[in-house]
Amino acid sequence: MRDIRLLTEPFIPGSLIGPFSNANPGLGGICTFVGEVRGEGGVEALELTHYEPLTQPGMHQLADAAFARFHLMGLLMVHRIGTLYPGEPIVCVSAAAKHRRAAIEAVDFCMDHLKSAAWFWKREKRSGRWHWIEPRTEDHADLARWE
Amino acid sequence: MTVRILFLGPLGDLAGTPEIEAQTPLDWAGLLALVSDALTDELQSERINVACAGKVLANKTDLLARDGDEVALLPPVSGG
Repeated sequence: MRDIRLLTEPFIPGSLIGPFSNANPGLGGICTFVGEVRGEGGVEALELTHYEPLTQPGMHQLADAAFARFHLMGLLMVHRIGTLYPGEPIVCVSAAAKHRRAAIEAVDFCMDHLKSAAWFWKREKRSGRWHWIEPRTEDHADLARWE
Repeated sequence: MTVRILFLGPLGDLAGTPEIEAQTPLDWAGLLALVSDALTDELQSERINVACAGKVLANKTDLLARDGDEVALLPPVSGG
Protein backbone atom coordinates (compact mmCIF):
# COMPACT_ATOMS: atom_id res chain seq x y z
CA MET A 1 0.00 0.00 0.00
CA ARG A 2 1.44 3.30 -1.08
CA ASP A 3 0.25 6.79 -0.12
CA ILE A 4 2.24 9.73 -1.54
CA ARG A 5 0.92 13.24 -1.07
CA LEU A 6 1.89 16.90 -1.35
CA LEU A 7 -0.21 19.00 1.02
CA THR A 8 -0.80 22.74 0.89
CA GLU A 9 -2.46 22.96 4.31
CA PRO A 10 -1.35 21.99 7.86
CA PHE A 11 -1.85 18.32 8.73
CA ILE A 12 -1.92 16.15 11.83
CA PRO A 13 0.50 13.23 11.32
CA GLY A 14 -1.22 11.12 13.97
CA SER A 15 -4.43 11.15 11.95
CA LEU A 16 -2.61 9.51 9.01
CA ILE A 17 -1.03 6.64 10.93
CA GLY A 18 -4.17 4.80 12.08
CA PRO A 19 -5.62 4.49 8.56
CA PHE A 20 -2.16 3.60 7.21
CA SER A 21 -1.82 0.82 9.78
CA ASN A 22 -5.32 -0.47 8.96
CA ALA A 23 -4.47 -0.47 5.25
CA ASN A 24 -1.62 -2.94 5.85
CA PRO A 25 -3.22 -5.94 7.57
CA GLY A 26 -0.76 -8.52 8.86
CA LEU A 27 2.08 -6.05 9.39
CA GLY A 28 4.70 -6.71 12.05
CA GLY A 29 5.78 -3.14 12.67
CA ILE A 30 5.43 0.47 11.66
CA CYS A 31 8.12 3.14 11.84
CA THR A 32 7.12 6.80 11.51
CA PHE A 33 9.21 9.95 11.27
CA VAL A 34 7.70 13.42 11.51
CA GLY A 35 9.76 16.53 10.72
CA GLU A 36 8.59 19.86 12.13
CA VAL A 37 9.56 23.51 11.63
CA ARG A 38 12.07 24.56 14.28
CA GLY A 39 11.49 27.97 15.84
CA GLU A 40 15.12 28.45 16.90
CA GLY A 41 17.23 31.30 15.56
CA GLY A 42 14.28 33.64 15.31
CA VAL A 43 12.59 31.71 12.50
CA GLU A 44 9.15 33.22 11.94
CA ALA A 45 8.06 31.16 8.96
CA LEU A 46 9.26 28.65 6.42
CA GLU A 47 8.25 28.46 2.76
CA LEU A 48 8.49 25.27 0.74
CA THR A 49 8.27 25.54 -3.03
CA HIS A 50 8.32 22.69 -5.52
CA TYR A 51 8.12 22.05 -9.25
CA GLU A 52 4.89 20.26 -9.99
CA PRO A 53 6.02 18.24 -13.06
CA LEU A 54 8.97 16.74 -11.16
CA THR A 55 8.22 16.71 -7.44
CA GLN A 56 5.44 14.16 -7.07
CA PRO A 57 6.78 11.85 -9.83
CA GLY A 58 10.14 12.03 -8.02
CA MET A 59 8.48 10.98 -4.75
CA HIS A 60 6.92 8.00 -6.53
CA GLN A 61 10.34 7.02 -7.93
CA LEU A 62 11.72 7.27 -4.40
CA ALA A 63 8.93 5.00 -3.17
CA ASP A 64 9.74 2.56 -6.00
CA ALA A 65 13.37 2.52 -4.86
CA ALA A 66 12.34 1.95 -1.22
CA PHE A 67 10.05 -0.96 -2.17
CA ALA A 68 12.82 -2.48 -4.31
CA ARG A 69 15.40 -2.17 -1.54
CA PHE A 70 13.48 -3.10 1.62
CA HIS A 71 10.87 -5.76 2.38
CA LEU A 72 8.00 -3.33 2.83
CA MET A 73 4.27 -3.81 2.98
CA GLY A 74 3.34 -0.16 2.87
CA LEU A 75 4.85 3.31 2.58
CA LEU A 76 3.32 6.67 3.44
CA MET A 77 5.14 9.82 2.34
CA VAL A 78 3.52 13.19 2.96
CA HIS A 79 5.32 16.50 2.36
CA ARG A 80 4.05 20.02 2.93
CA ILE A 81 4.42 22.86 0.47
CA GLY A 82 3.52 26.51 0.98
CA THR A 83 4.05 28.66 4.07
CA LEU A 84 4.60 26.92 7.41
CA TYR A 85 5.09 28.17 10.95
CA PRO A 86 7.23 26.87 13.86
CA GLY A 87 5.81 23.70 15.33
CA GLU A 88 3.98 22.66 12.16
CA PRO A 89 4.86 19.33 10.56
CA ILE A 90 6.71 19.54 7.23
CA VAL A 91 7.08 15.88 6.42
CA CYS A 92 5.77 12.53 7.58
CA VAL A 93 7.21 9.22 6.39
CA SER A 94 5.81 5.95 7.67
CA ALA A 95 6.78 2.44 6.63
CA ALA A 96 4.98 -0.81 7.42
CA ALA A 97 6.75 -4.16 7.21
CA LYS A 98 6.70 -7.69 8.59
CA HIS A 99 9.91 -6.98 10.50
CA ARG A 100 11.15 -3.84 12.19
CA ARG A 101 14.49 -3.29 10.45
CA ALA A 102 12.97 -2.93 6.97
CA ALA A 103 10.50 -0.34 8.30
CA ILE A 104 13.13 1.62 10.23
CA GLU A 105 15.66 1.62 7.40
CA ALA A 106 13.08 2.51 4.74
CA VAL A 107 12.07 5.61 6.70
CA ASP A 108 15.73 6.63 7.12
CA PHE A 109 16.33 6.04 3.38
CA CYS A 110 13.29 8.07 2.31
CA MET A 111 14.10 10.95 4.66
CA ASP A 112 17.71 11.20 3.45
CA HIS A 113 16.46 11.39 -0.13
CA LEU A 114 13.66 13.87 0.65
CA LYS A 115 16.19 16.17 2.35
CA SER A 116 18.66 16.47 -0.50
CA ALA A 117 17.42 14.66 -3.61
CA ALA A 118 13.76 15.65 -3.96
CA TRP A 119 12.54 18.71 -5.84
CA PHE A 120 11.86 21.11 -2.98
CA TRP A 121 13.30 24.51 -2.16
CA LYS A 122 13.09 26.00 1.28
CA ARG A 123 13.50 29.51 2.61
CA GLU A 124 12.98 30.86 6.09
CA LYS A 125 11.86 34.24 7.35
CA ARG A 126 13.92 35.84 10.11
CA SER A 127 13.39 39.42 11.31
CA GLY A 128 10.93 39.93 8.48
CA ARG A 129 13.38 38.91 5.72
CA TRP A 130 13.45 35.71 3.65
CA HIS A 131 16.64 33.64 3.41
CA TRP A 132 17.08 30.62 1.11
CA ILE A 133 18.27 27.45 2.82
CA GLU A 134 21.25 25.82 1.13
CA PRO A 135 21.58 22.05 1.33
CA ARG A 136 24.05 21.09 4.07
CA THR A 137 27.10 18.90 3.50
CA GLU A 138 25.78 16.57 6.23
CA ASP A 139 22.66 16.03 4.10
CA HIS A 140 24.77 14.92 1.14
CA ALA A 141 26.86 12.67 3.42
CA ASP A 142 23.64 11.12 4.74
CA LEU A 143 22.48 10.47 1.19
CA ALA A 144 25.83 8.91 0.22
CA ARG A 145 25.31 6.21 2.88
CA TRP A 146 22.80 4.52 0.57
CA GLU A 147 24.95 4.43 -2.58
CA MET B 1 6.09 30.28 -31.01
CA THR B 2 7.33 30.43 -27.44
CA VAL B 3 8.63 28.48 -24.47
CA ARG B 4 8.29 29.38 -20.80
CA ILE B 5 11.50 29.47 -18.79
CA LEU B 6 11.04 29.08 -15.03
CA PHE B 7 13.60 30.16 -12.44
CA LEU B 8 13.04 27.92 -9.43
CA GLY B 9 13.93 28.73 -5.81
CA PRO B 10 16.78 31.22 -5.34
CA LEU B 11 17.31 31.53 -9.11
CA GLY B 12 14.11 33.61 -9.22
CA ASP B 13 15.78 36.20 -6.97
CA LEU B 14 18.88 36.26 -9.17
CA ALA B 15 16.78 36.63 -12.32
CA GLY B 16 14.51 39.22 -10.73
CA THR B 17 11.49 37.30 -12.06
CA PRO B 18 10.05 33.82 -11.61
CA GLU B 19 9.70 33.25 -15.35
CA ILE B 20 10.29 34.63 -18.84
CA GLU B 21 9.14 33.67 -22.32
CA ALA B 22 11.48 32.96 -25.19
CA GLN B 23 11.19 32.23 -28.90
CA THR B 24 11.56 28.69 -30.19
CA PRO B 25 13.59 26.76 -30.97
CA LEU B 26 15.71 27.50 -27.90
CA ASP B 27 19.04 25.84 -27.19
CA TRP B 28 21.39 26.25 -24.23
CA ALA B 29 23.42 29.06 -25.79
CA GLY B 30 20.20 30.84 -26.71
CA LEU B 31 18.93 30.57 -23.15
CA LEU B 32 22.18 31.92 -21.67
CA ALA B 33 22.02 34.86 -24.06
CA LEU B 34 18.70 35.89 -22.46
CA VAL B 35 19.98 36.27 -18.89
CA SER B 36 22.46 38.45 -17.01
CA ASP B 37 26.18 37.62 -16.84
CA ALA B 38 25.85 36.77 -13.14
CA LEU B 39 22.99 34.38 -13.86
CA THR B 40 24.87 32.88 -16.83
CA ASP B 41 27.77 32.01 -14.51
CA GLU B 42 25.40 30.45 -12.00
CA LEU B 43 23.48 28.45 -14.62
CA GLN B 44 26.73 27.05 -16.02
CA SER B 45 27.81 25.70 -12.63
CA GLU B 46 27.26 22.00 -12.11
CA ARG B 47 24.95 22.79 -9.14
CA ILE B 48 22.19 23.74 -11.57
CA ASN B 49 19.98 21.16 -13.29
CA VAL B 50 17.66 21.83 -16.21
CA ALA B 51 14.35 20.18 -17.03
CA CYS B 52 12.60 20.47 -20.38
CA ALA B 53 9.04 19.25 -20.94
CA GLY B 54 8.98 17.56 -17.53
CA LYS B 55 12.29 15.64 -17.86
CA VAL B 56 15.59 16.50 -16.19
CA LEU B 57 18.31 16.64 -18.82
CA ALA B 58 21.36 14.43 -18.31
CA ASN B 59 23.40 17.15 -20.01
CA LYS B 60 21.84 20.61 -19.89
CA THR B 61 23.87 21.83 -22.86
CA ASP B 62 21.77 19.41 -24.97
CA LEU B 63 18.71 21.62 -24.33
CA LEU B 64 16.47 22.03 -27.36
CA ALA B 65 13.11 23.46 -26.36
CA ARG B 66 10.26 23.49 -28.86
CA ASP B 67 6.97 25.33 -29.06
CA GLY B 68 4.93 24.88 -25.88
CA ASP B 69 7.74 23.31 -23.86
CA GLU B 70 8.44 24.48 -20.34
CA VAL B 71 12.08 24.83 -19.34
CA ALA B 72 12.80 24.74 -15.59
CA LEU B 73 16.11 25.89 -14.14
CA LEU B 74 16.64 23.92 -10.95
CA PRO B 75 19.05 25.03 -8.21
CA PRO B 76 20.25 22.72 -5.40
CA VAL B 77 17.31 21.35 -3.43
CA SER B 78 16.52 21.49 0.29
CA GLY B 79 13.46 19.59 1.42
CA GLY B 80 12.30 17.72 4.50
